[in-house]
Amino acid sequence: MRTLDRKLVRDFARLRGQVAAIALVVACGVATVVATRTAYESLVGARDDYYARHRFADVFAHLERAPDALRARITTIPGVAAVETRIVADVTLDVPGLDEPAAARLVSLPDGHEPTLNAIHLRSGRSLDPTRRDEAIVSEAFARANRLEVGDTIGAVLNGRWQDLRIVGLGLSPEYVYEIRPQDLFPDPRRFGVIWMSRAALGPAFDLDGAFNDVSIQLAEGAAPGDVIERLDRLLDRHGGLGAYGRDEQLSARFVEDEIRQNRITGTVLPAIFLGVAAFLLHIVLSRLVSLQREQIAVLKAFGYRDSSVAAHYLALALAAVALGAVLGVAVGLWLGALMNSVYRDFYRFPSFPYEPGGPVIAIAVGVSALAAALGALSAVRRVLALPPAEAMRPEPPARFRAGLLERSGLLARLATPARMVVRQISRRPVRASLSVVGLALAVAILVLARFFSDAIGTLAEVQFRAAQREDVSVAFHEPLGTAVGFELAALPGVLAVETSRSVPARIRAGHRSRRIAVTGLPPKPSLRRVVDRDGRPVATPPDGAVLTQHLARLLGVGPGDVVEIEVLEGRRQRLRVRVASLADELLGMSVYLDSRALARLLEEQGSVTGAWLRVDSREASELYRRLKRMPAVAGVGNRLAALRSFEDTLARNLGVMNFILVVFACVIAAAMVYNSARIALSERTRELASLRVLGFTRREVTEMLLGEQALLLLLALPAGFWIGKRLATLMAEAYAWELFRLPLVVTPRTYGFAALVTASAAVVSGALVRERLRRLDLVASLESRD
Amino acid sequence: MQSPVFRARGISKVYRVGDVLVTALSRVDLDLHAGELLVLLGPSGSGKSTLLNILGGLDLPSEGNVRFLDHDLSSADDPALTRFRREHVGFVFQFYNLIPSLTARENVALVTEIASRPMPPEEALDRVGLGDRLDHFPSQMSGGEQQRVAIARAVAKRPDVLLCDEPTGALDCETGKRVLEVLARANQDLGTTTAIITHNAAIAAMADRVVRMRSGAIVEEVRNSVRVPASSLEW
Repeated sequence: MRTLDRKLVRDFARLRGQVAAIALVVACGVATVVATRTAYESLVGARDDYYARHRFADVFAHLERAPDALRARITTIPGVAAVETRIVADVTLDVPGLDEPAAARLVSLPDGHEPTLNAIHLRSGRSLDPTRRDEAIVSEAFARANRLEVGDTIGAVLNGRWQDLRIVGLGLSPEYVYEIRPQDLFPDPRRFGVIWMSRAALGPAFDLDGAFNDVSIQLAEGAAPGDVIERLDRLLDRHGGLGAYGRDEQLSARFVEDEIRQNRITGTVLPAIFLGVAAFLLHIVLSRLVSLQREQIAVLKAFGYRDSSVAAHYLALALAAVALGAVLGVAVGLWLGALMNSVYRDFYRFPSFPYEPGGPVIAIAVGVSALAAALGALSAVRRVLALPPAEAMRPEPPARFRAGLLERSGLLARLATPARMVVRQISRRPVRASLSVVGLALAVAILVLARFFSDAIGTLAEVQFRAAQREDVSVAFHEPLGTAVGFELAALPGVLAVETSRSVPARIRAGHRSRRIAVTGLPPKPSLRRVVDRDGRPVATPPDGAVLTQHLARLLGVGPGDVVEIEVLEGRRQRLRVRVASLADELLGMSVYLDSRALARLLEEQGSVTGAWLRVDSREASELYRRLKRMPAVAGVGNRLAALRSFEDTLARNLGVMNFILVVFACVIAAAMVYNSARIALSERTRELASLRVLGFTRREVTEMLLGEQALLLLLALPAGFWIGKRLATLMAEAYAWELFRLPLVVTPRTYGFAALVTASAAVVSGALVRERLRRLDLVASLESRD
Repeated sequence: MQSPVFRARGISKVYRVGDVLVTALSRVDLDLHAGELLVLLGPSGSGKSTLLNILGGLDLPSEGNVRFLDHDLSSADDPALTRFRREHVGFVFQFYNLIPSLTARENVALVTEIASRPMPPEEALDRVGLGDRLDHFPSQMSGGEQQRVAIARAVAKRPDVLLCDEPTGALDCETGKRVLEVLARANQDLGTTTAIITHNAAIAAMADRVVRMRSGAIVEEVRNSVRVPASSLEW
């Protein structure tokens, strides 16, 4: 080993506390890069592989009914590579052990051959026998959640007829990677599942023999989905088409895509923060080292070492610290990546979802951290290069203090002398102090961000499940019914109150922009289901004019007073022109609301009902459910409290992991910042602090003077961290402003308190470590040396 | 003469430097009387700094007994030694050891704030001739001025004893004499017991008593019949 390398090893060992702090911060940065990136790649890999192997369609459309002959015409649309026609229907199920009815989406499989598109992946059991009309393949998640196995039987109401279905297999489909009921946020496999049955069974059951009500299309290479969608819509118009859409609007694909997008944001923001902090810490540690080793540098240069070798020596120290962190970070990152992958497995159902981190990811992580090292070492290395040997032999001049702005303002005069020292130390090195504040503020911000997710989703749940939804049970019907159904429901056991609504599928247009949405007619003063804004305040539906979800209005580029075109996608398929009366800042979905009488007028109906909300006496709920399960008109039944519980459970599992990681990482930053800053201050001021001890100041007083500086920096960092945290939260809220749901920008005082408390605790632990060093201060030795 | 302020008996100090034991002091007896000005003379390595550190409560003897009035310094723990330094001792060092972030006035105030019956910092600085440099930082003052601030800081709390370790060691002759004048005046005006350690034999003439050390032991003790004013010293 060369002597210079030996010095490197010894310096490294001597600085182990600070090196460890830097390595830990680097490790956090590298771990976030590795974890998010590998989780991202596994997710993308599993998805792309699944979509390709199981021929996931590109364009989807649901319609009322079209003869099988139409299939050939769809095939001739330019850009269409393959077509699959099916029967798809929503039904209610009677699942053993579940009080309320579960909902299922029935999907037909072709008889005797594999589907051209959207092939299912059989997990266990066998394929359907087309000659047996009671056979069903059930989605694996639903079966698992309800403890159903191959051979079990479940009851379903198919087009008004009760039928027992025999489970012959458990399966997965690329259409239901995220297996979720429309309008829900998280999968609730206990209450929603997909059931595949043979076309031969479903055709007669839904009066669709020789016909279909759903079509999927695979696009030819290079075909534009927009053109195909437009032509398909024209073709399906006469057959009750509900509007075709691409993968970007396919519910499951959309959720997976959003997850990937969110992962990308997190995977960029967090590592940038950690590596920035690491670079700063390296900067202060190396700068101090270069100051302390001025004479050594001078000697090396005087004896003929080239500038570049001396500079490389210090750069190597930085790289070694970072390398240590990178190794640790890769290990932790792989572990976290596997953890994220297992959380994903809970949500996303792939036939195979392996966690296979690739080599390039690790190379990227190491490369990025090396960059941070170089950045951190830059100014120290430049100082090494610039130091003339003769000057370096002389000790560094004493620290210069001058009366600054604060002095002249007279504010400082009111402080006790030790406090004045603290303020002067900070104002003497404003850049370093500011960077310390920024570093600590980032730790605070990460904690704010960690809690923000809980706050925001908690608010979302509160607004949705308590302010907007106030019913106990919701009921959806297969098709519009007369208003009399309200009275029928009211007569059911346990029903205390009923409120009905009319919902109609439509395409809303403004200029060239359009969206498929539901137009909902509400009673003038609804009490069970209200439109509320993000603060939970009810939004009234005016006697005429429509209320639009704010996000929808933004996508369409319209505001109150503008006129939008609403193309009804059922019945007489009217094209209505409606004035936008107001906007509702809703958190979930995108909707258009009208007064129910105004909607009836526009649709030229006497008043019809597609759904109802019930207030129920819980003692009679079981009986009510039993009756609802058997009502032919009922397409689905929802239970508000069950939905809320499932939402909270899912969240606790998902956010728990993420929050834990963020909190640990933020603590690392805070502790590393305080420890390194205080250690540097201790090193720079050893003589001064020893003098104070000699003059009769107690250990405690001297510790306070040293750590007071850190405390003041932390105090300054808190508001800054709150601000940055809020900005990060805003960034995340914007990143989450999707068509499906939006995160409200809520940061509660408790969150700020939590962030402050955790950061302060991490700082206190670091402070205690430094105090321990101060305790061992050798008074006599510190006084004898000049520095 | 009154009973001694300091009474050291048979004190030894052995340091471990690596694997080697170094004897810095061996069985030294020394008394220090109220109001006297003592000069401890000796070459470097003679043990004079070690002796001063033990008297000042910065270090403990390996053996022997040191008493300051009714305090037993040889068996005191760290908080007790800190209290002793805080209440009774003023220190002046070769390299001044001022706090760079504090002005002259504040460096003095730092000590007067924790003392029980101090003089105002302005008065202390006036005594050392720096009444017009109150708001200067150490980096804005010459070495002699910095050392006078250090003396002002040491005397401002009206200590019982003033311990000075090579106070002129880093200064030129003229500046050094001015510093010694200030020390002598503080000793006379305030009656502070003062010990100055130096390797500069010329300084001995200003003392009441001169103690010479070599190799960790006292080799000679001389009482001057007349104290020569510091301004008349030459080296």
